[in-house]
Amino acid sequence: MTTPVYLDNNATTRCDEAVVEAMLPFFTEQFGNPSSMHAFGARVGGAVKTARAQLQALLGTEFDHEIVFTAGGTESDNMAILSALEIDPGRDEIIISAVEHPAVLSLCGHLEKTRGVKVHVIPVDGRGLLDIAAYRAALSQKTAIASIMWANNETGTIFPVAELAELAKEVGALFHTDAVQAAGKVPIDLKSTVIDMLSLSGHKLHGPKGIGALYVRRGTRFRSLIKGGHQERGRRAGTENTPGIVGLGKAAELAALHMADEKTRVAALRDRLEKGLLQRIPNAFVTGNPDERLPNTSNIAFEYVEGEGILLLMNREGIAASSGSACTSGSLEPSHVLRAMNIPYTAAHGAIRFSFSRDNGEADVDRVLEVMPGIIEKLRALSPFWQGADKAPATFNPVYA
Amino acid sequence: MWDYTDKVKDYFFNPVNAGVLEHANAVGEVGAISCGDALKLMMRVNPETEVIEAAKFQTFGCGSAIASSSALTEIILGKTLEEALKISNQDIADFLGGLPPEKMHCSVMGYEALQAAVADYRGVEWRDDHEEGALVCKCFGVDEGMIERAVRANKLTTPEQITNYTKAGGGCLTCFEGIEAVLGRVNEEMVAEGLISFDEAYRIGAMDARTLRQKARPKGAEPAKVEPKPIIALADIERAAAGTIVLERPVEAPAAMAASATRLTTVQKVRLIEKTLDEIRPYLKLDGGDCELIDVDGNNVVVKLSGACVGCQQASMTVNGVQEKLIAATGLPLRVIPVK
Repeated sequence: MTTPVYLDNNATTRCDEAVVEAMLPFFTEQFGNPSSMHAFGARVGGAVKTARAQLQALLGTEFDHEIVFTAGGTESDNMAILSALEIDPGRDEIIISAVEHPAVLSLCGHLEKTRGVKVHVIPVDGRGLLDIAAYRAALSQKTAIASIMWANNETGTIFPVAELAELAKEVGALFHTDAVQAAGKVPIDLKSTVIDMLSLSGHKLHGPKGIGALYVRRGTRFRSLIKGGHQERGRRAGTENTPGIVGLGKAAELAALHMADEKTRVAALRDRLEKGLLQRIPNAFVTGNPDERLPNTSNIAFEYVEGEGILLLMNREGIAASSGSACTSGSLEPSHVLRAMNIPYTAAHGAIRFSFSRDNGEADVDRVLEVMPGIIEKLRALSPFWQGADKAPATFNPVYA
Repeated sequence: MWDYTDKVKDYFFNPVNAGVLEHANAVGEVGAISCGDALKLMMRVNPETEVIEAAKFQTFGCGSAIASSSALTEIILGKTLEEALKISNQDIADFLGGLPPEKMHCSVMGYEALQAAVADYRGVEWRDDHEEGALVCKCFGVDEGMIERAVRANKLTTPEQITNYTKAGGGCLTCFEGIEAVLGRVNEEMVAEGLISFDEAYRIGAMDARTLRQKARPKGAEPAKVEPKPIIALADIERAAAGTIVLERPVEAPAAMAASATRLTTVQKVRLIEKTLDEIRPYLKLDGGDCELIDVDGNNVVVKLSGACVGCQQASMTVNGVQEKLIAATGLPLRVIPVK
């Protein structure tokens, strides 16, 4: 059996050994509660402070107390949006993009249904770029918060969040960005922006699962979501997940160290895979914006075949990737991101996301390039739409249920 | 990752009868836009005997769509059109050892392609009356379209009725709000169309899911009453199917009946059980299933379900129904144990 190839790092990453090592003492000898008065607690409190500083460095925040530890990206997203709706009763509208993660999309759908909140969903174009004019038009004195992701999880397309935040400020609205995919992969310097809140997740940057953070700019009015003790300066109650926090801090430090590698070597691996696949496989194209995207992500649509079949055959070869959004697997709908980009469904269904990390090497790319053409060919031979390379698809008009 | 059976995987990885069939004289093309699947079934039918002599397929779709298509071609080969038309989507799923509930529509697509191909051969137009919607109940694989049809056709106005008519909500109940939403919407439309009165229409939130659960779960034995069938958790169904647990707690029979039953000899008991099974059998056969008595050991009645019961999501409900009937007939706290 050949070595497995893991190219699904936007779904989750391998926890770095150094991260695990840093965490381990905090399960056993360093078990104290950071809120306690005694020495047991104080030592752990110090470690939490170190982790906060490590995140401060990764995100370029002005103060370390602007970091609030949470249970993950989804919780952070929820906290940011729900808080924004509470602080000013006159502002009850939300602006999001059509390609947000379900952590934002489904929350907003729920708020629309149950609280009558008006949600403006800003469309994207065929390359996944935000319709800035529509965004501007949606902003008003009624806007509580605009929440636009830093980078899209499926295509890697990066949004101009610093500029979008400036526009939100013009109407006095809060600006939040879901940076779960961007944090650790691209440089972030929050103090040079006017972004009010930012969400990130530990397991997307070689940290542990179940830990995340929300950046809340100093002076931003904030209502806690989870009520209880005074932890995180009253912004997130509940005894701190100290091993997780220590792990996230270490992961943030390592991510900053590897950022250059991500931008050069990892990006080159991604580019070689992408070019190689497009050369070897006809009727395939890159989705999203290749000029402005995460260095690790490539989303390729293979026409006239369906993603699950591709993944099953890839899995048999020991290669892991995903089709559409990993979070929506289990549903049958093609990815909402690709649909928002108006990708025809015969292509959207066959879109495969390859997402690299610093763990990947040249051998991984070679392996995928070796097996992918055969996989696509095999499935196309089964497809009623397929007529051969560069030929128009078969005139196939099934009766649709 | 979907929980596919080995047979589904095998038919996906090594599909038989894939590709274009030359000189096909019966072609069915169907698709399900909801999941982007599409299937082209090509058959060569002997005009003299109407026997399907060759069948091939092309499918754009997921692993189970390809496996279902390939399985279909194997099932129909050598059958007459009349025989082939009797094949249900459940037959296709059973052939594959079952499909995940979300993927049952793949077998429906196979069924429809077959209907369409036969219609094509006979030169008649095939109209699809099957409408799909989002899957609401995962335990029993019931989609929105099916609930809507049941509500409209039977003027249903409570979630409980929906469970009785479609089985949706008969398992884990996490879909209760989904059922309510469909019912509320369809009832509202029906009020507007004058089909039901405003007062009859279901108001979302009017019913507590917990009361539904209690009603659907009768505690003791209720002789001679099979509907509503007792409902048990999906996990139990799976474990029961694997033969690792016995489905129902032994039920205490009413005292009077138990007293009369204690006088039964073993031979009388077995005969009575057989007689009762014979009475139930026609109902099982209606659904394409059957139930065979294997052994009686004390109060344990070992039965073998066959036909459509095998791999059926509702097999455990069937077992419970059979058990209730047997208890009612014999007055003994019998326990029905299904074996493979």
